[in-house]
Formats: sequence, C-alpha cells, structure tokens
Amino acid sequence: MNATQTSWRRRLTYYFKHGDVLWWALITLSALVAVVLVLWIGWQVWVQSAESRHAFGWAFVSPWAKPAWNPALDKFQAWPAIYGSLITALIALILAVPLALGIAVFLSELAPPWLRGPLNYMVEMLAAIPSVVYGLWGIYVFLPLVVVPVGKALEPLGGLPVVGELFQGPTPASGFTRLGAALVLVIMILPTIAAVSRDVLQAIPRSQREAAMALGATRWETVWKVLLPYGQSGILGAVILGFGRAIGETMAVTMVIGNSAGGGYSILKPGYTMASIIANEFAEAVSDLHTSALMEIGLVLFVITLLLNALARWLVVNRTIKRA
Amino acid sequence: MQPETAVVKVSAGAQPAAAEADTKMLINGVSVYYKAFRAIKEIDLPVYENRVTAFIGPSGCGKSTLLRSLNRMNDLIPGARLEGEVLLDGENIYAPGQDVVDIRRRVGMVFQRPNPFPMSVYDNVAFGLRLLGLRKKSVMDEIVERSLRAAALWEHVKDNLGQSGMALSGGQQQRLCIARAIAVEPEVILMDEPTSALDPVATLTIEDLIQTLKEKFTIVIVTHNMQQAARVSDFTAFLSMDDDRAGYLVEYGPTMELFTNPRKKLTEDYITGRFG
Ligand SMILES: Nc1ncnc2c1ncn2[C@@H]1O[C@H](COP(=O)(O)OP(=O)(O)OP(=O)(O)O)[C@@H](O)[C@H]1O
Ligand SMILES: [Mg+2]
Repeated sequence: MNATQTSWRRRLTYYFKHGDVLWWALITLSALVAVVLVLWIGWQVWVQSAESRHAFGWAFVSPWAKPAWNPALDKFQAWPAIYGSLITALIALILAVPLALGIAVFLSELAPPWLRGPLNYMVEMLAAIPSVVYGLWGIYVFLPLVVVPVGKALEPLGGLPVVGELFQGPTPASGFTRLGAALVLVIMILPTIAAVSRDVLQAIPRSQREAAMALGATRWETVWKVLLPYGQSGILGAVILGFGRAIGETMAVTMVIGNSAGGGYSILKPGYTMASIIANEFAEAVSDLHTSALMEIGLVLFVITLLLNALARWLVVNRTIKRA
Repeated sequence: MQPETAVVKVSAGAQPAAAEADTKMLINGVSVYYKAFRAIKEIDLPVYENRVTAFIGPSGCGKSTLLRSLNRMNDLIPGARLEGEVLLDGENIYAPGQDVVDIRRRVGMVFQRPNPFPMSVYDNVAFGLRLLGLRKKSVMDEIVERSLRAAALWEHVKDNLGQSGMALSGGQQQRLCIARAIAVEPEVILMDEPTSALDPVATLTIEDLIQTLKEKFTIVIVTHNMQQAARVSDFTAFLSMDDDRAGYLVEYGPTMELFTNPRKKLTEDYITGRFG
C-alpha cells in the first residue's frame, strides 16, 4: 500500500517537474472521452431498442425467420437489411482488394517517380469526394452505363444450383440494385485500401527489398514473396478498414440500392442495408415500435462494427507477436 | 581510434602474393554517379579467387558504393549510374543483355544490419533456392542443413528450424543471412560491414567464419575496423575522398604489405589512426 502510494507520488512529481502534466492530462482525457462516447452510444441504442427487442426477440435478426417490414402492421424483421449490408460489403471487398493491392504495389514499387505524385494525388482525391456525389454520379452515370449491363450479363447465372439464388433477374432498368450499391462501394473503398496498403508497403525497410534482390529475386518476386507477406497484418488492417467503411456507408448506398425491404438473396434486386434503412425511414417512422426496430438495427450495426474492430486488433496483434 | 604507434597485426594465414590466385573479378575504370554527384571515380582493382579482399577508408568515401557495383545493387537506386566495367570471370556484368538476376545469384551479398525475412529459419535459407525453382523437399533439406552448418549456425537452430529468423540474436541473425546467401552457391560473397552491428564475441565468430568460407567462395568485405581488415583479409584496398568528395583508390596490395609497409603517406596516416 505504502509502496504504491510512494510510486504514485513519484510519478506525479515527475509529470509536474517535466512539464508533462498537461500533455498527460490531455491524453488521458481524450482516451476517456473516446471510451465514454462508445459506451454511451451503445447504451443509448440498447435502451431505445428495448421495445423492438421485447416484441420480436432473436427472430428479429434471424436469417430463418419470415422476412417482414411493414410499418402499417407494426411487423419488423431485420434480416434482409443485415444481408444487404453483408453482401454489398463482401462483393465490394472481393472486387476492391485485388485492385487496391495492385494500385498500392504500383504506387510504392513500380511507378516511375514522375508518375507517383499525380497518381497518389488522384487516389487521395478519390477518397475525399463526398459520398453524396458518388450517389449522384451513381444514379445518373454508373447505374445505367455499368450496373444494368453487368446485371443483365449475370442473369444467366441464375440457372445454377445454390449460387443461382444470387443472380435471380430481371435486373430493373433503373439499375437500383444491391449489385449497384456494391459496385459503387468498390469505388468508394478502393482509395482507402489502396492508400493504407501503399503506406504499409512503403514503411517496409529497404533492407528487406535488398535482401530479396541480392538473392536474385525479380521485382515481382520481391513484391509477392517478401513485401506482401511482410506487410500482411497492415494490409489486413487496410482491408478491414475498407470493410468497415463499406458496411457503414450510408448516403451513396441509400441513393442507389433501391430501398426495398423485400427478401430474397438476389443481388440483381433492390434492397436495403442496415445503414440505408435507418437513413431512409428514421425521420418518417410511423410508430414507436418502428423507431425502436430501427434502433435495434443500429444496435446490430454497432455490434458488428465493434466485433470487426476487435477482430482487426486481434489479427494484427497476433500476427505481429508471432513474427517478433 | 588506435594510438599513433600501433602496429596492426596481420594474420599469419594471409596469402602473401597474388600470383597463386586467379582473378575472379576485375574493376576497370569504374566511376559511379548518384544523379550528378560522382561518388567514386576511376577505380581499378582486382578481386582474387578464394581470397578475402577488404575495402577500407573513411566514412563516405564510397566503399559501399564500390561494393554494391559488384552485383549491380546500385541499379535499384534511382539516378545511380556507372561508368567503366566490372568483369566477372572476364565478362562485363554491365554489358547489355546481361541477366541481373543471374549476376546477383553468382555474386551474393550480406548487409551491414542483419536483415532476415520475417519467416522461419528454414524458409529464410530456402528462399533463394525456391526462387531458383527447387521444389524437392529432400534436396532442399540437405542444402538448408549444409548452408546452416557452413554458417556455423546449425547447432543452434537444428532443433527448431521453424522458429522465426527474427527471434535469433543479432549475431545469429547475421549468420542466418550468411547461410541464406551461400545456400544458392554464389561464387562471390560481398559483405558490407557485416559485424558493425554486432558485439565483439559475435564479431569474432563471423571473422572465423569468413576464414573458412574463403576456401569455397571469393569474399569482398567492407570494414571500418582496421584490425578486422588486418585479421581477415588477404588483400586490402584503401579508398579516400578527393576535394570534390569523389572517392578514389589510394592504395591496393596484399594486406600484410599495405599495413606494414604502406607506399603512400595517406595510407600510413589512416592505418595509424592519424586521420579518418
Ligand atoms: N542512394 C544514394 N543517393 C545519393 N548519394 C548517395 C547514395 N548512397 C551514397 N551516396 C553518397 O555517395 C558517397 C559514398 O557513399 P557510400 O555509402 O558508398 O560510402 P561509404 O564509404 O560506404 O561510407 P560509410 O563508411 O559511412 O558506410 C557519399 O557521399 C554518400 O552521401
Ligand atoms: Mg558503407
């Protein structure tokens, strides 16, 4: 007891003496603010969603429950929105990750110096465009020119067993579909993943590249066998960041996904994501239960985001320790 | 630095004359530029087969630059350019059409800071072999063991080849890097201050290792440490900097002669610690 007291006193004296006390207080305060905010938000969505949780129980989030979203009858079931979030984010990731890694490798390893500046600038610009602009551009340019033809081309896959479920047509002529949302998300998360991965690659010590090259590795082999494995935890972090962005993206998705509470698994149909259903209906919620149901979706989104962050953390720490 | 009167001991095993050895590499009028800056100028130097050649000289005189021009590592630096030629077995490695990858396999390199890959010890040593397309496990196992033995590391790691190469001590890491370099059976091994990041005991182990390695390989070593040059090398090249900061060759010769009876005043000043 005594010893702890002394050490505390010593530490405090240290902070005061070295003029660090302000710095230390600031850091502690901001850390506390962050923690309090997270807890507070979690608590709020938990409390506000009570009515919905009591009314529907686990069936609310179950993939096997009968889908329903009918404010007039006060019947709510969230699975289509959860599915919509997961499938759009997943498709976006599958398409964006290889592309983003290609861009990152090009920017950090291959591009001639004169090209790097402009390209980096463009990638950063892409990340800075407000999402409502992506939404508008999506509606007027991307959906009719890209999404509709791609959707039509995918329709024949609807005949396949099992995965055919994903490709049930017909694609609406407007292009408002889950596919449309996924493809817009690709463009939105691409710069994030690319820029973070590029930074990860650039942070790899030159000695690693030299070691590979000195053993007769080509540039390509160096990237593939040394740099990507070396940077894997950082790159994984970038991917999870992208996933988080995709699953949380609201405006652009709401503008292009068609906002339909319909069930089914087809990506060629309009749908909802968790974020878009909240954005779309919250202001016009017709009953307390409706509001509460939207809050519960918020809760699910909150939990998924937390889990995702925890996963990212765990993966990064785990792999880093293994390596060290 | 050493006291002025210090006499540097030259190892008894040092080869006395060049006559008995073949020329493995020949540096012929080599200048290297980094953009407009000339880092070394018009250097002529032989590298004898199965001998240890040391480059010494004050910091910034271009030792690393010269060493890295022997396996074209400078190619990786944007703006670096070389004039002159470097012959390997009589062939200019800078001639058009030369395969850089093949040259780097024939002329391996060990760096100042140990730089193992963040992989297992085994995978580190196997890395170069896999690049060469070797797939057969039994052959791979054998070469990995042989290389680790040659690098005097086998006894330390044989029970746990799966441990991360980065988990080894600094000296062990450097020996791992040597094992990795010799696994692909290069003809020449370049070492850029391989012990400067190591403690004295680890340094001695590496120096002993160099003595055994030269039976199979030709070795070129850069060192800041005069005693080390004297202990391990058969030939020494002393480089210095001109007024324009370009490095040039002051004196080259059998290590024993250069240290006991330098022809140039500058060399004598340097090895007795009067400058640099
Ligand atoms: N990548 C580079 N770009 C530009 N200049 C360089 C580069 N590498 C080295 N130089 C310059 O070339 C000269 C020689 O450098 P080098 O590293 O070859 O010297 P060194 O003799 O190995 O020095 P040290 O003993 O400190 O390692 C120095 O003036 C250095 O600043
Ligand atoms: Mg150097």
